[in-house]
Amino acid sequence: MLRVELRAQPSKVWSYASPLLALALTVLIGMALFMLLGKDPLRGLQVFFWEPIRTPYAIGELLLKATPLLLIALGLAVCFRSNVWNIGAEGQFVLGALAAGGVALLAGPDSGRWMVLAVLLAGVAGGMVWAGLTAWLRDRFHANEILVSLMLVYVAIQLLGFLVYGPWKDPLGYNFPQTKTFEAAARIPRLFDGSRLNIGLPIALALAAGIWLYLFRTLSGFAQQVGGLAPAAARFAGFSSRRALWIALLVSGGLAGLAGALEVAGPLGQLTPYVPAGYGFAAIIVAFVGRLHPVGIVLSALLMSMFYIGGELAQSRLGFPKSITGVFQGLLLFSLLACDTLVAYRIKWGK
Amino acid sequence: MSSTPRLELSAITKRYPGVVANDNVALSVEPGSIHAVLGENGAGKSTLMKLIYGVAKPDAGVMRFNGQQVQVRNPQEARSLGISMVFQHFSLFDTLTVAENVWLGLDKQLSLREVVERIESKASEYGLELDPRRPVHTLSVGERQRVEIVRALLTRPQLLILDEPTSVLTPQAVESLFVVLRQLAAEGCSILYISHKLHEIRELCRACTVMRAGRVVGHCDPSRETNASLSRLMMGSEPELLRARDQAPGELMLDVRELQLASEDPFGTDLHGISLQVRAGEVVGIAGVSGNGQGELLCALSGEDRRAAPGSVQLAGVDLSQASPGLRRKHGLHFVPEERLGRGAVPTLGLAHNLLLTRHDAVGPLGWLRLGVLRAQADEIIARYKIKAGGPDAVARSLSGGNLQKFIVGREIDCNPRVLIVSQPTWGVDVGAAAHIRSEILALRDAGCAVLVVSEELDELFEISDRLHVIADGRLSPSVPRAEATVERIGAWMSGLWPSESSQAEQPARQGLNAAREATDAQG
Repeated sequence: MLRVELRAQPSKVWSYASPLLALALTVLIGMALFMLLGKDPLRGLQVFFWEPIRTPYAIGELLLKATPLLLIALGLAVCFRSNVWNIGAEGQFVLGALAAGGVALLAGPDSGRWMVLAVLLAGVAGGMVWAGLTAWLRDRFHANEILVSLMLVYVAIQLLGFLVYGPWKDPLGYNFPQTKTFEAAARIPRLFDGSRLNIGLPIALALAAGIWLYLFRTLSGFAQQVGGLAPAAARFAGFSSRRALWIALLVSGGLAGLAGALEVAGPLGQLTPYVPAGYGFAAIIVAFVGRLHPVGIVLSALLMSMFYIGGELAQSRLGFPKSITGVFQGLLLFSLLACDTLVAYRIKWGK
Repeated sequence: MSSTPRLELSAITKRYPGVVANDNVALSVEPGSIHAVLGENGAGKSTLMKLIYGVAKPDAGVMRFNGQQVQVRNPQEARSLGISMVFQHFSLFDTLTVAENVWLGLDKQLSLREVVERIESKASEYGLELDPRRPVHTLSVGERQRVEIVRALLTRPQLLILDEPTSVLTPQAVESLFVVLRQLAAEGCSILYISHKLHEIRELCRACTVMRAGRVVGHCDPSRETNASLSRLMMGSEPELLRARDQAPGELMLDVRELQLASEDPFGTDLHGISLQVRAGEVVGIAGVSGNGQGELLCALSGEDRRAAPGSVQLAGVDLSQASPGLRRKHGLHFVPEERLGRGAVPTLGLAHNLLLTRHDAVGPLGWLRLGVLRAQADEIIARYKIKAGGPDAVARSLSGGNLQKFIVGREIDCNPRVLIVSQPTWGVDVGAAAHIRSEILALRDAGCAVLVVSEELDELFEISDRLHVIADGRLSPSVPRAEATVERIGAWMSGLWPSESSQAEQPARQGLNAAREATDAQG
């Protein structure tokens, strides 16, 4: 019989191996799924894991999609490590996009390049304000941050809808619900010709390093984590839980807002009702698969981006249903949660 | 005695990952005897009891009950054999009545009314006063223990296991517990009595099995031993001797005046007009049964609770009533809480990082952490206090209670506090480490620090304090010098019965009346 036994110490090996095992399980279950759908599993795998890295252009697209996931997940890692459960990064992403879009719409044909900076800062501020609402309600009224942040996502989406169907609608846009495309001065500069990849990626990587330094090399980052690991110890030490709440939400809101700004002023180039693409929710999975660690999150953001692109390719080339991306994300998260048992427990055969 | 032993264990072995908790243990308990199992924390006593009661299974060994070889797979089987256990931590539901709590653990054939009757008859049989209809949250700790004992007795046990039963009782309540246990033994019930309190074992037991590091290291008749010989058996060596030194206390350091505070916890204790002074170079002890306001007082002193009125907590003339814990530390007020894991230290972080909770010597500009400095500092504390740990990065959870406590106390002592407040300095700590911690506290006092110790162990307070207060029901007694404190006197005060400061007569202070009533209840 199979028996689960507590380990004396959490296993170092398994804390690294568990995400890999989870990935392997996801692939296996995915293949079984392909077969059930009557598709060639090897072809499916190829579309998911090979096509997205086959050409330089494809790699560019992969990195482009990974950027917002990486940014949002970094902020969420700070939140979750502080025991602050921000589930509404999607809303903060939308508000960042809105604020950035609003500034970008102000740009004229003769605006300078500083406009880009204003657009990005507006995005950060927008995300911070939206997350700050959650922080304020929690701090002032003890409202549950999970519910508040989640519900604010839908408010943010309605706000976006109101603006693009109403006051911000492009008068020359044949009545489509979208703003005019932004002036070149307000668009994010691209890194290379022949790729949509933009400066968002180096910014995100620099921020990953920054968050790593903050979490593991500063007293403030340490205080955030103590608040999450042992609230009584944080109180004993005198680390303020209110401060931790505000820092966590403002950092993650700001990063999600930045991701929104990079998205609208980058590949999208205008505001449409399709700005919210689920990055804010997918980033929750990215953060956990990446072990709430900046380096892990860089890797898991790439993986999640692969699922997004693979899912789209599977739709167009193999006729898979649209929900296949979501199924893969869910499979990965569940496998990871299951495999994480192995970190603290060992499985033994015998009585 | 030549009769069949009630319980006989031979070659019992139990391994946990990384440790052998019981190694080839043998134990034999005669019918009707009160048998002590003595050992330091971590010696394997509790594990052995869990094996007997079926909570855990031995890896090897044989257990015989009344001569029959048995395998106890779970506590239900143990109870059906006639083995009952009263745990150190009670398992009662606060919102249910006594009878309902007992009912939960019994056969469901009985009606609640029958259970009430049985509790009443069993309680009166042993002179245990208990109202089965009272909700558990209204009971004192001593009364809760009585519920557990009556619950155990209702199953008509032939063997009753008591795990550290006196740690939550006043000395008077301990005496009445002993009366019950002697009566039980006289009726033929065997009792296994787990403790590390030597004088209790010497008073109560005629047989004793001593354990050390998972092994049985000796048998004796405790009534013929001395405290010293018993502790030598238990530890394998002499405890460090404490240097008592009379020293004139210096200037006033910690000054608490009329501290009044409603508890944040609905089941907590409000503090009423607490006044307390600690001078440089003295140790002031606060005795009392847990849950009488110690936790609330300590939070108000440490800064974890900052609602105290201005002026009520002062350090060397500086008002710190509403200062943060960090600011209090800057003024030299350090605190060692009773909960080591989760409050005094973060269980999953390394020792070096745990220094950052109270000390910021390794923090550079902009909050930058100098990890090298931090590790060196942790190494130094580990070496100086002889802490057994796998280096500065060993997670706090991996240390034994005693070693972690030494680390936490060391962390605070190492920064030369002006006032050190220690709660339960040796709770759950083995005797060797306890002696070490006490001698460090005394050394700190000799160096001119003002020390306030809150403890439930009277022995410990008598050993290290220069003056003693007692806390009961959120009120603090006047202080007595150690020389004038006796167990009887302090014990009576623990029930709230102390003379009011205005009159010299030994009559209960007016504000102590409520507590006094509860205490007489508790003594039953």
